[in-house]
Amino acid sequence: MFAITAIAVLIVMAVALARAFLGPTLYDRILAVNNFGTKTVLLIATIGFLRGRPDFLDIAIVYALINFISIIAVLRFFEYAGKQTTKEE
Amino acid sequence: MELVIDIISWLFLIVGSFFCLTGGLGLLRFPDFFSRIHAASLTDTLGASLILIGLMFQAGWGLVMAKLLLILLFSLLAGTTASHAMAKAALKSGLKPLEFKKGVYKELSGETSSKP
Repeated sequence: MFAITAIAVLIVMAVALARAFLGPTLYDRILAVNNFGTKTVLLIATIGFLRGRPDFLDIAIVYALINFISIIAVLRFFEYAGKQTTKEE
Repeated sequence: MELVIDIISWLFLIVGSFFCLTGGLGLLRFPDFFSRIHAASLTDTLGASLILIGLMFQAGWGLVMAKLLLILLFSLLAGTTASHAMAKAALKSGLKPLEFKKGVYKELSGETSSKP
């Protein structure tokens, strides 16, 4: 049952990566990377249970923190610089 | 009793996986950024919560459950905040939502939105 959840999360991660490559605007890519990060947390937690080693949850907590901080940092960086990317289209 | 808890946990895991897949589909197929952020963040919150609650049923009382609860609370806080920040940054940079009118998608403009 953990394997099914892990496979579903892997499929969603592949889809998010495809959107990050396709995404027409900058914000689509940021959204896809954010989604990829949250799904990575879920995947690490599920794989920890799948292998019978719930110690992996520490790594999942650290990954969730780093993901949130990095998304906010990237958004602060691009908040006033996105006008050029939307004008190009 | 063991079997009942297992079945409840499997139900939570399966429904959470389904919501995650739905969010991925919306992320891939929706036409513009604001509908994509809607699909991704709504189903992301629900799917992650359900999967983590399902894992909590498997873990039982203890340190593992406390860690899972920590991840759940943090992902609920961080996911919504990140979505709001993304939508605000996109609006501020001049990205307009699409409008569906007469079978085609076009950019929403302030003046013409009140006309039929």
